[in-house]
Amino acid sequence: MSTPHPLAPEFRAVNARDVAGLVLALVIVGAPHALRAPWWLVLLTLCLYCWRALALLHHRALPPRWMLLLIAAAAIVGVWLEYRVIFGRVSGIVLLLLFSGLKLLETRTHRDASVMAFLCYFLLITNFLYSQSVFAALALCVAVVVITTTVVGFSAPQRSLRANARTAGMLLAHAAPAGLLLFLLFPRVQGPMWGLPQDAYSGITGLTDTMSPGNIAQLAQSDALAFRADFAGRIPAPRQRYWRGPVLSDFDGRTWRAGFTELANAPPEPQGGTTYRYSVLLEPHQRNWLFALESAAARPPQANFSTEGFLVATSPVRNRLRYEMVSAADARAEPREDPVLLRRALRIPSGYNPRARALAEDWRGAARSESELVARAIDFFREGRFVYTLEPPLLGRDSVDEFLFSTRTGFCEHFSSAFVFLMRAAGLPARVVTGYQGGDPNPVDGILTVRQSDAHAWAEVFLRGRGWLRVDPTAAAAPGRVDAGLARSVSGGAALPLLMRPELGWLRGMRYNWEAAMHKWNVWVLGYDPERQREMMSLFGMREADWRSLAALLFAAMGVVMLSLLLWSLRQWARPDPVQSAWQRFCHKLAARGLARAPHEGPHDYADRAARSVPAANAAIRQIGELYIALRYGREAGATQIAELQRLVRELKLA
Amino acid sequence: MLRALRTDPRLLRWFYGFTPPERGSIVLGQRRVYIVPTRLGWMYGATLGILLLGSINYSLALGFALTFLLGGIGLAGMVHTARNLARLAVSPGRAEPVFAGAQAQFRLHLDNRSHYDRPSILARQLASGAQSVVDVGAASVGEVVLAVPAARRGRLALGRVMLETRFPLSLFRAWSYVEPDVQCIVYPRPVQSPLPPLEADDTGGAARVSMPGNDDFSGLRAYQASDSPRHVAWKAVARTANMLTKQFTEDAASEVWLDWSRTPPRLGTEDRLSLLAGWVLDAERHGARYGLRLPGAEFAPGRGAVQRAECLRALALFDAP
Repeated sequence: MSTPHPLAPEFRAVNARDVAGLVLALVIVGAPHALRAPWWLVLLTLCLYCWRALALLHHRALPPRWMLLLIAAAAIVGVWLEYRVIFGRVSGIVLLLLFSGLKLLETRTHRDASVMAFLCYFLLITNFLYSQSVFAALALCVAVVVITTTVVGFSAPQRSLRANARTAGMLLAHAAPAGLLLFLLFPRVQGPMWGLPQDAYSGITGLTDTMSPGNIAQLAQSDALAFRADFAGRIPAPRQRYWRGPVLSDFDGRTWRAGFTELANAPPEPQGGTTYRYSVLLEPHQRNWLFALESAAARPPQANFSTEGFLVATSPVRNRLRYEMVSAADARAEPREDPVLLRRALRIPSGYNPRARALAEDWRGAARSESELVARAIDFFREGRFVYTLEPPLLGRDSVDEFLFSTRTGFCEHFSSAFVFLMRAAGLPARVVTGYQGGDPNPVDGILTVRQSDAHAWAEVFLRGRGWLRVDPTAAAAPGRVDAGLARSVSGGAALPLLMRPELGWLRGMRYNWEAAMHKWNVWVLGYDPERQREMMSLFGMREADWRSLAALLFAAMGVVMLSLLLWSLRQWARPDPVQSAWQRFCHKLAARGLARAPHEGPHDYADRAARSVPAANAAIRQIGELYIALRYGREAGATQIAELQRLVRELKLA
Repeated sequence: MLRALRTDPRLLRWFYGFTPPERGSIVLGQRRVYIVPTRLGWMYGATLGILLLGSINYSLALGFALTFLLGGIGLAGMVHTARNLARLAVSPGRAEPVFAGAQAQFRLHLDNRSHYDRPSILARQLASGAQSVVDVGAASVGEVVLAVPAARRGRLALGRVMLETRFPLSLFRAWSYVEPDVQCIVYPRPVQSPLPPLEADDTGGAARVSMPGNDDFSGLRAYQASDSPRHVAWKAVARTANMLTKQFTEDAASEVWLDWSRTPPRLGTEDRLSLLAGWVLDAERHGARYGLRLPGAEFAPGRGAVQRAECLRALALFDAP
């Protein structure tokens, strides 16, 4: 075929409305990226959009391809200078943003414009790497409406925007059931399937396996969610809410490290205490450990148990993870311990912190028992006029000495570090435990929310015959920390996260409701993983749903959806014209009396002939004929007239 | 097999669901509407595949939501595309006769009896590629004009017409074939040449060769109901309030017979017909009364549009099966 196909997108030129729709869609999907991209790249991209719009408005030619290639090359160099990587996640996305501008500048036909729409989908989905909140979902809906309306406009340029938006709305309404079914039933696979770029998880905060002065204080200024715990039954009291994370045993004078972790088979049987059953929904933090209320009494299937009493996941937590846990609070500790571990818990680097060492030596000489030694140390912290603050001053080489004797200002890492150092110097095995302390029970749904601002570090000392004992020197110095949380205990004016400030109580109330909704969102939308899918299927009576049965169910359900869509369109086709069908019934009635309408006979002649043949129904037949003609060929057809016609035909008696 | 498919009406009926050509209004039942993805549709599918892989790899719940929503839109788009064409009623309009070498204007009426509009429907005549796009409003009739080149005299059937649409997403193309029973009469291509000399035996002795023009005014007479309004003397009517008709010279001597046997036999049939067609136009232009004599057919002298049409039609269909 030599003539260009008028419906083929490559022969249809874009118009102003198409370009405007594309730019709007690009702005919606690109805006979140623009907040993260370098300013010059955002500016350049916006300039490219404007260039395209101006070229269209003033009917200028689009720039030649070499110019676009030049811009692309310059931008790639710029991105490399900015990120030192081209194929990373962040750099890849900002380049995609830029290419959207370049592609827009060579968009001449609807084929290019459709490619632009596909590019919008890619830009949209990359947003979800950063945020999958409800707002991101709303942005998704808005973007899909705009893009679909624009794409509908491609195939009907002469139609009004309103009509196209209506078509797009109808398409979306029809797509929703199929989309929902696919979302629920499509066999889910746990990613990732291939290696991710190195910077795939940058910018995600959480506890690390090291601790040096200042890093927990920094973490505690973040409002970000760490995990949520849903207790079956009572929620433990605030002073029991110690969520154990990595245990740090190795100290080099400045930094505490987790060092080597040995795995144990199972947690020891808890001795006494209160047992709590709960499930944890852990935010991805890219590390191996899971958090559990002290002391863990069970091991979730996704994790192992370390000899130091914390849970080690089999793989880094890259996705939101849900696990069931059992813990025993205030249980008696196991009195025996591996001597290797005890020796490790005594090691301190020589040549650091001489004053602290001397103090510990004094205590050791004066104390009659190990527990008295511990009590002395706690007293030291309680009575030492220490200031608990989120903004501790910087410390030099002998960090413990400086903290204990000169600055006396610090955050939990300072307290725990100094305490453990003192204990080790005094000859008691001790170690730093990091994790979270506290958590905010939501009055709406009773779920305990633990944030990064609850990050904490405390200490454990090993007493002969009693085992490991938890000591929180921070609680000794700032007693409010454990009972009332961070907000009430830090010194005024510190950089508390906004919502932790006590004067904003009403805001917190709103926040509780919001968070209850968010928890549902996290569990049911974002956390809908293979596990959840199986749970969901078992609700519908499908036990052990594997991908085969899911696929079969999906196909069946999609068949039903498609069939109902087809029926919907059939119903629209088949809707008969009431006037015509009334007339048909009238003709049938007369035909039964041997008065069939001749093909050439118009309604007037036919009614006339019939009226003369059936004198009994003369008036009715004439009236039907007149009504039909009026309805069919007249200016207006009122509903009452149609009803009248239908009544007359129904009541027509020919006998 | 293929040949049988093309010719055997039962097979045709089975395959296409109809037997061409069809009379009257043709409703495109859903069985007659075919649909396949366009190239863009395949690209869309590939895009969705990539989005799905990305969603799986990064465990993006909203990525899945987007991918599956787009998948749903694609499926809904398929139904909408089919709906845009199905149940459209196609009926042929008049096709005015044309001369060979010109373009026959076939009109098709697309009757949309649904309450939704059907934008961007392409009609393409397969044989010539003549095509036109039309938007049919809700519960209204759209008209497409297909300009099909008429190469040869005779009857030109419209033949098979493809109706196609890609609305609303251009991801699918739905199409259907119709073959309405409509033909256009194609007159022979007229060849300009002097009218044949009048012969004594034909014209009854009158030897007046110069023929009066149509505008040789000779007087007024009373109006008769059959008179053309063009010949009413409107100025006189305004003056006298009587309907008067202008009378033009009408000379029996200007009667001319356009005879097949007078065309040079050395020319082929087509050329002779072309010559005759040229004479008909010429005679009509000069306002002469003319008759046409063809082997096996004779048209008594007359003039005017009807005479012209009858004569040209006879020429067009001369020897036609």
